[in-house]
Amino acid sequence: MNIQISRRDALLGSGALVVSFSLAGALDQGLAQTAPKPVTLTAVDSFLAIDKSGTVTIYSGKVDLGTGVYTALQQIAADELDVPMSRIEMIQGDTLLTPDQGKTWASITIQVGGMQLRQAAAAARTALIDDAAKRLGVPTAQLTVTDGVISGGGKKVTYTELIGGKSFSIKLDPKQPVKEKDPKDYKLVGNPVARLDIPAKLTGKFTYMQDFRIPGMLHGRVVRPPAIGAKLESVDEGSIKDVPGIVKVVRDGDFLGVIAANEWAAIRGARELKATWSTAETLPDQAKLWDYVRATKVVKDEVTSNVGNTAEAMGKDGAKTLQATYDFAIHTHGSIGPSCAVAEFKNGKLTSWSASQATHALRGQLAQMFALPPENVRCIYVDGAGCYGRNGHEDAAADAALLAKAVGKPVRVQWSRADEHGWDPKGPPTLIDLRAAMDAAGNVTAWESEFFIPQAGPGGLDVPLTAATLAGLPQQPVPFPGNIFQDSAIPYKFANVKTVCHRLETTPFRPSWIRTPGRMQNTYANESFVDELAAAAGMDPLDFRLKYLDPSDKRGIELLQRLAQLANWQKRPSPQSEVSGNVAKGRGMSYVKYELVRTYIGVVAEVDVDRLSGEIRVPKFYVVHDCGQIINPDGLKNQIEGCVVQTVSRTLIEELKFNRSQVTSLDWESYPILKFPQVPEIIIDLIDRPTEKPWGAGEPAASVIPSAISNAVFDATSVRLRSIPFTPAKVKAAMQGS
Amino acid sequence: MAKSKLLNVNGKRVPVRYDDPQMPLLYALRNDLGLHGPRFGCGLGQCGACTVHIDGKAVRSCQTQIATVEPKQKIVTLEGLASGEKLHPLQQAFIDEQAAQCGYCINGMVMQAADLLAKNKKPTDADIKNALANNLCRCGTHVRIVRAVKRAAAA
Repeated sequence: MNIQISRRDALLGSGALVVSFSLAGALDQGLAQTAPKPVTLTAVDSFLAIDKSGTVTIYSGKVDLGTGVYTALQQIAADELDVPMSRIEMIQGDTLLTPDQGKTWASITIQVGGMQLRQAAAAARTALIDDAAKRLGVPTAQLTVTDGVISGGGKKVTYTELIGGKSFSIKLDPKQPVKEKDPKDYKLVGNPVARLDIPAKLTGKFTYMQDFRIPGMLHGRVVRPPAIGAKLESVDEGSIKDVPGIVKVVRDGDFLGVIAANEWAAIRGARELKATWSTAETLPDQAKLWDYVRATKVVKDEVTSNVGNTAEAMGKDGAKTLQATYDFAIHTHGSIGPSCAVAEFKNGKLTSWSASQATHALRGQLAQMFALPPENVRCIYVDGAGCYGRNGHEDAAADAALLAKAVGKPVRVQWSRADEHGWDPKGPPTLIDLRAAMDAAGNVTAWESEFFIPQAGPGGLDVPLTAATLAGLPQQPVPFPGNIFQDSAIPYKFANVKTVCHRLETTPFRPSWIRTPGRMQNTYANESFVDELAAAAGMDPLDFRLKYLDPSDKRGIELLQRLAQLANWQKRPSPQSEVSGNVAKGRGMSYVKYELVRTYIGVVAEVDVDRLSGEIRVPKFYVVHDCGQIINPDGLKNQIEGCVVQTVSRTLIEELKFNRSQVTSLDWESYPILKFPQVPEIIIDLIDRPTEKPWGAGEPAASVIPSAISNAVFDATSVRLRSIPFTPAKVKAAMQGS
Repeated sequence: MAKSKLLNVNGKRVPVRYDDPQMPLLYALRNDLGLHGPRFGCGLGQCGACTVHIDGKAVRSCQTQIATVEPKQKIVTLEGLASGEKLHPLQQAFIDEQAAQCGYCINGMVMQAADLLAKNKKPTDADIKNALANNLCRCGTHVRIVRAVKRAAAA
């Protein structure tokens, strides 16, 4: 970016010397300009600028990962500021320019990032109106704003005249929020504004990270070890001397890469380079994965809820106890576009372009890896293929940086499909034990659960960079697996409840978060076991949930009632009694109040189970969704549909395969995902609450999909599936065992 | 030795250079010609992101060796689907239905669906799903994609 910096007196505030920016397209200056635009979370100028032409620039630390927030955030800002969306430009995830709003994860882009932006916009608008009142001599109460023009008392002044090209110099204090507009006055928020990025994505004009090029750039590929933990013993550079275009073979410890003048030469070089590696067998036997997980050392127990005394209730005379173990396979992110990044070292400074969901965190990781001060690293977000969490983008950024440093020129690294499937971090295997007790009348008297999940080590919230690991460069020691304890506690008011997360010392693969991390696995076990209890009590699954929900939680109760209506829910206990023919039909329900504090979702799955083949089909899903104030209902539906389809895939099909040395699911045949003919119809009821806070929507709906399917299969067949994925072989085995 | 040849891409004759006759067409389109429509997804012909038309038929450009492409063959990419300023009905329908999330697969969806509509003017939902069965989408945009193809067929 070519950043032209000019200094002018502030219009507002105390007249402090401030900085404004205009951005041009050239990329060659990198970090040449170092005068800091404010990027703190406590300054309006961190989030917003209005230039002399009236263009409003939004600076967002949260990025659009294909979810539509590029549009939704602009809706929020335009509405709050009273400017048309056509006058807004947005810069995402650039550590030099955007505030550090944390990783784009956990479905908090609107909920947290959007609300920070709304506050900044509200503060800006208030200050502009105050200034207009002074300039026009008209009281603020008589002023109105339309499309960036403030008018009243027969006079008017534009935002551009008031602030164009200058700084706001206004502080933001989260403890003293600025008054925002009355939600009834929103014109854009709540409306299905068409996504701004979609037309360019349909015409080939959109620039993805994989399309991004800079002058003088070379192409790099990595050569990963054939076994996790294998040591690089020797490299025969002569083996690729006949490949035209090879520039350099880079070896740094066990990191190996090839740099070439063009992409195909880099691919050939990486494919044909002869290297010898030591053998390594660090992975457990996949056939005994759950024994391995159960035997892994527990480093810490976290009690996530504890009510009453479950042990006493379990041991009571006449108590009927139930227990079950659920497991959830290792999953890969499976981005359709393998990870890609470009890096340039110049004058001791590193510029990194990637599709990282966390450019600010990545800056810290790269700074640590190369022993650079963070201010000498600039990470810039460029849209990639959907990542659904922490996939390989950051690793590709580290690969590109290592190669660029070695060759002294900018390098683009494009991962192969096998690099992506084999080496992106994985959703860890999850094992859950549940127990409950019921009295003679069928009331649940105790609920206990134990979750076997990887530890979140001290020292950071990041996933180690593979290039740093291979090259032996410094980085955070223990990988952070995501907040996977969430939703281990339950929303039901049983008399005695104890839920515990056993934090495991290790897990077979470098763990990370994949859409709905932990919340999906935990809700799957909880809501399936709730269904087991309802069946044991002979109760309808909806009535059972309503019986134990907190009666003061009106939104949860309303949601379940609307779900019953939407799905035409017929009250009866599961399993169904009428069974005939080879295809058994069933319905299953699931419910979550996400993390017990935000978005509510209820779903009903309808399934067909082929008793002969064991194949499950999910023809229909009903979803009721309450995330408070809806910013863009069509964007929200798009996200919910994505949650359903992706999670049907994860539930029925997906399982990472591996041998003792490495991942063996290295393509789409060995790690299949759901295809068009298997995609369900999805019927959605959105509950909009314009006067409530907006909550997250990118991932919560995925949390209830596996349990709804499990419960529907039980309803259809009387067979309880407790091991994801629900493959035909498992279904047949379960039916034969019942 | 580097070879060069002329290709017919989106109605224009364009030169491309290559060292390896086995280089997939995809790399010539993306790197020599700077096109963004055809996308690298797997390099294995499994996902469909790289789909282009050759003489009106949808093919996987990651599986098409550059040496096998004849200069007279008409290659059309997503960039060449529109007629001048007027978008192809599929492009318009995908926009109208907001049928994209990250959009990385969408090139393949549109190019494959265009092949279908050329052969089957009024496809059923099942026809569309079967025609797109070897195009992968990870975001879960499938229901919108099917709606968009139906909309384009009706346009």
